[in-house]
Amino acid sequence: MADKLTTKQRLAIERQQMPEQVAFARATNFTEVNLGFTEQLALLEAERCLQCKDPKCVRGCPVGVNIPQFLGLLASGKIAEAAQSLLCDNALPSVTGRVCPQETQCESECVRTAKGTSVGIGHLERYVADWAQRHGELPAKAPATGKRVAIVGSGPAGLTAAGELARLGHEVTLYEALHKPGGVLVYGIPEFRLPKQIVAQEVDRLVAAGVKIECNVIIGRTYTLGELQAAFDAVFIANGAGLPVFMDIPGENFKGVYSANEYLTRINLMAAYQFPKSDTPVLRGRRVAVVGGGNVAMDSVRTAKRIGAEHAMIVYRRTREELPARAEEAHHAEEEGVEFHYLTAPLEVIGDAERWVSGLRCVRMKLGAPDASGRARPEAIPGSEFVIACDVVVVAIGTRANPLLTATCPDLKLNARGNILVDEIGMTSLPGVFAGGDIVRGAATVILAMGDGKRAALAINGYLQKHLPAPRPNAAQLDPQLSRSAS
Amino acid sequence: MHTVLTRFQLSENVTKLGVLAPRIATIRQPGQFVIVRLREDSERIPLTIADADPLGGTISLVIQSVGKSTNELVALQPGECIRDVAGPLGHPTELISSGHALCIGGGVGTAVVHPIAQGLHRRGARVTSIIGGRTMSAVIYEWELRRYGPVVPCTDDGSYGRKGFVTDAAREILAAEKIDIVYAVGPVPMMRSIANLTREFNIRTIVSLNPIMVDGTGMCGGCRVSIGHENKFACVDGPEFDGHKVDFDELADRLASYRDFEKHATHCAREHCDRQPPKS
Repeated sequence: MADKLTTKQRLAIERQQMPEQVAFARATNFTEVNLGFTEQLALLEAERCLQCKDPKCVRGCPVGVNIPQFLGLLASGKIAEAAQSLLCDNALPSVTGRVCPQETQCESECVRTAKGTSVGIGHLERYVADWAQRHGELPAKAPATGKRVAIVGSGPAGLTAAGELARLGHEVTLYEALHKPGGVLVYGIPEFRLPKQIVAQEVDRLVAAGVKIECNVIIGRTYTLGELQAAFDAVFIANGAGLPVFMDIPGENFKGVYSANEYLTRINLMAAYQFPKSDTPVLRGRRVAVVGGGNVAMDSVRTAKRIGAEHAMIVYRRTREELPARAEEAHHAEEEGVEFHYLTAPLEVIGDAERWVSGLRCVRMKLGAPDASGRARPEAIPGSEFVIACDVVVVAIGTRANPLLTATCPDLKLNARGNILVDEIGMTSLPGVFAGGDIVRGAATVILAMGDGKRAALAINGYLQKHLPAPRPNAAQLDPQLSRSAS
Repeated sequence: MHTVLTRFQLSENVTKLGVLAPRIATIRQPGQFVIVRLREDSERIPLTIADADPLGGTISLVIQSVGKSTNELVALQPGECIRDVAGPLGHPTELISSGHALCIGGGVGTAVVHPIAQGLHRRGARVTSIIGGRTMSAVIYEWELRRYGPVVPCTDDGSYGRKGFVTDAAREILAAEKIDIVYAVGPVPMMRSIANLTREFNIRTIVSLNPIMVDGTGMCGGCRVSIGHENKFACVDGPEFDGHKVDFDELADRLASYRDFEKHATHCAREHCDRQPPKS
């Protein structure tokens, strides 16, 4: 685009559609649904940004990406500068460009939403981030400070904090309990929504920026928090809300009932969809009922469809209007042939003589008066019980705080639900120990966790400058864990 | 990568591997387990730490070959590597430091009883062990356990020690001596029989459960077991529980979830034996 467009010309450009795999094809494969903008589509879409003096979109972004700046650079063809601008604000743009609920964040604040459709910020973020990946773009880095920071958990909060802290010149070690870094990005979100290669590339970029990653280390077991405090100048806890919640109804321990965490972990992290090429099995089922209406439920049901379920069903006690899932996910699920049982609540899992799942006894619901959350409270309709025939049930009704770390640190203050309490800058009741993401908030989104990671990184930076002006010459060292040095 | 330093075949299908894992060897406590993953495509398998050598930096893993994944693990030779070893996981065993403990091991479960007997002995408790196997060659860890107190070996076929089940020997000891606590690890039917027996005698009984597990950190819930009608996760709440409260029928049933799959994987492995474990 050689000449600068006028606002009128910009307003005349319509929103560019994201190319996607057709529904009937993608419902049987794990390849990414959204195919990504071409350069032409991206430049055209970027021109739609009006470059507002007071950009409301930035306020809608939990990590505060300077959206008009990177869009402006992109529109004028300065893509390397656009990438640099984006990378300085967001440590994982290829991830957020794919999984962020932009429609309720930046894009909902876009002034163009009032008269039509917002700028496709998420799709453009993805485009610039993928370009940066292909061209090995690294964010600029501050000189080394000699300060050491440990991060517990390599999910979105941990990775973001690691990226920020490394960029600020600190020495960062990231501890991951599983065998692969990425947390929910690798065990939870399926390949067709977030290719694992994208996560691996983002992780590689952090490693290239000097972040040390140690897998198979469970803080609270392999090392205690106290040991980390002794060996590092600050600690950031971002170990997530790991523990799955079950429905507490009869039959929930029959064979064929999974938590969404287990179902998705088997298929995503352990590649059970490639069984027997990979060794981890998953019960496939011809009729799969997924209980819940959030993004995790959508991920589970769309996965079930892809591994061959003839009927992949959502069982949700409210209506389509109240689905907590992103609009795009629910829409994609509908296109792929997922069946939705709205206003339906499970009462009991039914099993056959050998205790294999054979059905889900449910009751019809109606919406009553709004509850504390402002959503209409579902009420059971007496006498409306019925059975949904199914051979696999996936429970996707949420997770709660994992006590594995917190139970080993009695000094760490928690709330009644077991989440870690933090002050306004993200510091826990232990000085120098910060926390963020789902272990603080309870189950939330990738981008909110990333926002916590970014804020915590800045707070840790401030803390280190204020309280530890010089590096400690004789800080304790952890004994080698030897997870990788033996070979 | 964790190098296998030693390998001993303990019985026809039970093998002991000494695996380099210095951190875990230093801090592990009785009752704790590790999750191992042999190769990139392998399953994550929970294995109780049978023993550890903190100076040499190794842990002992005792593995019974029952399917493709365990067959591959027991086929490892010294010098070969296990890709991932994570732990130590689970709560340590609740150990008494005075009084008389009866430790009962069945089959490969005897290897799990070993660190418990070791821990009890170190704390000063008196230990008597009963260990069982189908036949003489299936009785393992007898001489290691003899360091901590008398051992009563039992075989189903009478080829060695007492003829009969460990439960029979346990009944005699419980009737004759004052036992303060019983630890029982073995196949589900054995643990159930022991729990039923000790309930009669009203003696506290700890069992170590081995349900299907994926992550081992509380995340998947696949290892949920009913303890006194309450759902517990064996990985973070256990793996040891009050034997009188465990729903053993449900545990046995859930353990069968992938039996056909395991057969299928074993079959496929025989058809395509081209994949080798990683060398160090």
